[in-house]
Amino acid sequence: MIRHYFRLLFMLLPLLWAAAPGSVLAGQGIYLPPEVKASLSSLNVNERSVAIAALIQDNSEEAAALLSALQGGVLYVQREENELYLQGPDGFTALTGTEAVNPERGRMRRVGTNIRQRDEIIRFLNIRSLKHPLAETRRKASAALLTAPDIEPATLRGLLAAEEDTVTRNNYTKILAIKTLSDSGAGRAELLAALRELTVLHTPEAQQLIRARRASSDPQIAQSADRALRQTEATIQHIALFETIFFGLSLGSVLVLIAVGLAITFGVMGVINMAHGEMVMLGAYTVWGLQQLLPGQADLAFVLAIPAALLVAGATGALIERTVIRFLYGRPLETLLATFGVSLILQQLARTLISPMNRAVETPAFMSGMWQITEHFSITCGRMYIIVFCLAVFAMIYLVMRHTRLGLSVRAVTQNRAMARAVGVNSSRVDTLTFALGSGVAGMAGVALSQLTNVGPNLGQSYIVDSFMVVVFGGVGNLWGTLAGGLIIGMVNKFLEPINPINGAILAKILIMAGVILFIQKHPRGLFPQKGRAAVQ
Amino acid sequence: MLTRIFDRPTRIFFLCALFFSAAVIIGACFPPDGLWHVSPYTVSLLGKYLCYAILALSIDLVWGYLGILSLGHGAFFALGGYAFGMYLMRHIGTQGVYASAELPDFMVFLNWKELPWYWQGSDMFVFACLLAVLVPGLLAFIFGWTAFRSRVSGVYFSIISQAMTYALMLAFYLNELGFGGNNGLTDFKTLLGFEIHSPTMTVALFALSSLALLLTYFLCRLLASSRLGLVCIAVRDNEERIRFTGYRVEHIKLAVFTLSAMLAGIAGALYVPQVGIINPSVFSPLFSVEMVICVALGGRGLLYGAVLGAFVINFAKSWLTTALPDSWLFALGAIFVLVTVLLPQGIAALFPRAWTLLRPLGNRMKYGNKNA
Amino acid sequence: MEIKTPETMAPALPWIPKLQRRRNYILFIEDITVSFDGFKALDNLTLYISEGELRCLIGPNGAGKTTMMDVITGHTRPDSGEVWFTEKINLLDKDEVAVAQAGICRKFQKPSVFEHLSVYHNLELALKGRKTVRDTFMARLSSEDSGFLDATLALIGLKERARLLAGSLSHGQKQWLEIGMLLAQKPLILLLDEPVAGMTPQEIERTAQLLLTLEGGHTIILVEHDMAFVRSLARKVTVLHQGSVLAEGSMDEISRNPEVITAYLGGDLC
Repeated sequence: MIRHYFRLLFMLLPLLWAAAPGSVLAGQGIYLPPEVKASLSSLNVNERSVAIAALIQDNSEEAAALLSALQGGVLYVQREENELYLQGPDGFTALTGTEAVNPERGRMRRVGTNIRQRDEIIRFLNIRSLKHPLAETRRKASAALLTAPDIEPATLRGLLAAEEDTVTRNNYTKILAIKTLSDSGAGRAELLAALRELTVLHTPEAQQLIRARRASSDPQIAQSADRALRQTEATIQHIALFETIFFGLSLGSVLVLIAVGLAITFGVMGVINMAHGEMVMLGAYTVWGLQQLLPGQADLAFVLAIPAALLVAGATGALIERTVIRFLYGRPLETLLATFGVSLILQQLARTLISPMNRAVETPAFMSGMWQITEHFSITCGRMYIIVFCLAVFAMIYLVMRHTRLGLSVRAVTQNRAMARAVGVNSSRVDTLTFALGSGVAGMAGVALSQLTNVGPNLGQSYIVDSFMVVVFGGVGNLWGTLAGGLIIGMVNKFLEPINPINGAILAKILIMAGVILFIQKHPRGLFPQKGRAAVQ
Repeated sequence: MLTRIFDRPTRIFFLCALFFSAAVIIGACFPPDGLWHVSPYTVSLLGKYLCYAILALSIDLVWGYLGILSLGHGAFFALGGYAFGMYLMRHIGTQGVYASAELPDFMVFLNWKELPWYWQGSDMFVFACLLAVLVPGLLAFIFGWTAFRSRVSGVYFSIISQAMTYALMLAFYLNELGFGGNNGLTDFKTLLGFEIHSPTMTVALFALSSLALLLTYFLCRLLASSRLGLVCIAVRDNEERIRFTGYRVEHIKLAVFTLSAMLAGIAGALYVPQVGIINPSVFSPLFSVEMVICVALGGRGLLYGAVLGAFVINFAKSWLTTALPDSWLFALGAIFVLVTVLLPQGIAALFPRAWTLLRPLGNRMKYGNKNA
Repeated sequence: MEIKTPETMAPALPWIPKLQRRRNYILFIEDITVSFDGFKALDNLTLYISEGELRCLIGPNGAGKTTMMDVITGHTRPDSGEVWFTEKINLLDKDEVAVAQAGICRKFQKPSVFEHLSVYHNLELALKGRKTVRDTFMARLSSEDSGFLDATLALIGLKERARLLAGSLSHGQKQWLEIGMLLAQKPLILLLDEPVAGMTPQEIERTAQLLLTLEGGHTIILVEHDMAFVRSLARKVTVLHQGSVLAEGSMDEISRNPEVITAYLGGDLC
């Protein structure tokens, strides 16, 4: 089974070699007019605005590259020489030069921008990208334009005529329709056509425009504005619903990932592992650690982190089992306290050895994109991968439990420890392996979590109570119960969140806890209880 | 009857406690430069320990006797504290930053116009004291009733009690709940018209806490030495069997659990004026578990063990968090592990052993003198 | 039109057993069926126990003896059937606690005493009386009660060990202590599940004497594996097989019954 898992990993590997975007500018040798250079390196913000305006006016490839560097915060001024430098991965490169140099940091001053300037630059770069040869770039740029349609209708018509990509064309038509709506002098036929065009668009600005037209004196315009608005609202509701389901699934799968390890240790060994959250934390730190070891290769580090976290957390788990839990079998309450102590020690170790602050984990390139499902509904790849990852891990655990010798031994020990020993199962080894497996899975959950929240010493704590709720809700000793419990709790959580715009997340959590507490009063053995006479004892 | 309640450990405990309290109170009366002087800071610190000791006693009552490990007793303590904190808050009056006679500062800050209904009457001392006992009691009653009726026990109970305190913590962090959010209730000025931070008040609160500890201890002993105490131990040993003997286990559990929550509420109410603040961190699961480990360290089901554990742990905490801030959680974690693995009966289990080791020595001293 | 008087509204008897000639029966078990996941632990079991009787129940493993005790004591709910304690008290309405308070006490297969309490305290908390929280808290041992407990201690032969922790007793002594706890509840019916399991022959003999002294004063239902022990009691025996009654009669009759022999006893009895 394990071999299957690794094979799957190797199949995934090629997907992850997506290249990191390199610097466009490094070593290009850009020469600027002296007055532009002077005002760009000036300490005065308004001076710099003049330079930016000049560069935008210039509209050349170099100007665009320079502006993009400015916007990205990698443009520096050497204090004495007033020379411009670009910061790259291997040092600073003079704008005019091609060689990277490594001057003292103190002598470099970053060229700052304010919000207004950044907006201006972004708009400029965006409009430039509308002419980019890559269709994908044009799509993105036109979609960005859709939210802030800051462009001349004439220019747009010209672009529309030259455009071949349907998605981009579609976006252009909509922007034109918005333009028409905001134009007070637009004709009746034009307006009606524009309203027809805007039935499924859902930017708030466009809605505002349509709403304004609903009050029109012309009944036909008012009617079609009304219809457009209603359709838009319906679309928005659908999308919100899908989004909630999606977020619910992704939260649910995180909970399942964490809880499935707990379900193994609790269900099989009757051990409440309060240090389970710290196993998750270890997994997340493994990602961070590997990214430190392999700088610039975030993707590789992330993929390697999956088995590495399994090993690190698994080994820690085995160690805890051998040194602490071993002595506490049959005393579940004491085990709970002892593992709580272990969790405190691990947390403090992370604080002392690494840092009490959160660490930044890079998002691998393949996880950072968006996945466009329909025209108006896109989901983040990262969350999608986490759902897939959760299902894969769950399937792996399920297969290990059902179809391997370890799984058979584990199930035997769960049902009758003495009998299992009598037929030659080494129950103490099974305990260690089970605990290691449960902890290792928690480590893998940590890898997934490193993409969703801050990686820090408190990472595990913030999820542990919720995942206990999942196990208790789902029913102990039943993997399917954990899966269903986690997904249901995640889903309910996301559906409850909108009840209060400010504190929704906290209120949802509180309600869920209260709900689970009430639920287990009615069904003390959870959603899917173990059946039969054995379960009664 | 009295001899049954005051068995030897109880007598020793009462003597020690009375001696300790008297020493601290007399020490506080000495001039500040004297050798025996106890500073107001120390007095209020010791008063805080006494409150923790009461909380530990209440945990011992349910864990040591009934075998119910509640990881949410901090919630009852905090609720008692909040109830009494409300009273103190109302009596800040115009001495507050916003000088509002009607509303506590944080409500003015939130732009509230009037007191929420649940703050009504909290300016009355007796009512606040009642609330401090009844609110935790009511929560424990409802929580216990639902849990014990459906026979939720063991680790399940521990987990949901932890979830309860965690949920309350999240709720109390919300400003909208009307308990000061993050900051909680603080900046108290007066208690019953007297200045709250004066040395006399500090000593008075300490004396009151001592008294409360002794009364709580007495009450616990009363319960433990009654037949109900026997039944509690029987429930801990074999819950199924005791049902067949004709006892309603859920009623017994509910009664003792509720009583214990009320005691925790009293501890919380005494804690707030001495520490000067109550905030949602008291609801945190860590606090509750820390108090549980006090009981485990001292020794379960003995009562004096809980008091001893509370003093040892909290003294170590005060000392280590100032001396070596980083090492406290290591130490606490190590205590958790070592106590459960190596010393499951707690420190108190060492006493009889120490006694048997020391007795021959004592005898020799006693009789040696006679012979000489 | 008939006028409803209070007498006609209240039924004369809450329940009428199928039995034609009701002697002095105290426990009625009629048509009880219990199934676990399709397996029928009890299958239309019918059994009547008369007052003051010492009835021995035997049967192979899985015959449903312990399940029957679970049903009587309210621990397991049957799928169908009736269990009445006299004709007035429906035991199926009651949970373990109410059954115990009604006067039916049970000794478990595995000795279940409270190990962290002394022998005397074990008996004291079992003592018959009001067992609400308040009453338990206020309870004081009257001289009459302590006399009764002393007599019980003497009866089970643990007088010298009264102050010891129950956990320190030997296996046989624990069994006796548990019987003593049942007696302290002053029960009307005693359910004993294998009281001599794991005892030495001397202990078994003492237990047999103990049970014979109790006979008459209490109704006793005894589930047992040990044939010699059952024979030494020489009382009416009921054989359970696959959840229902296979035969009933004296030990001699039973051991001659060909069905019983094929089902379970084999050469064991002869």
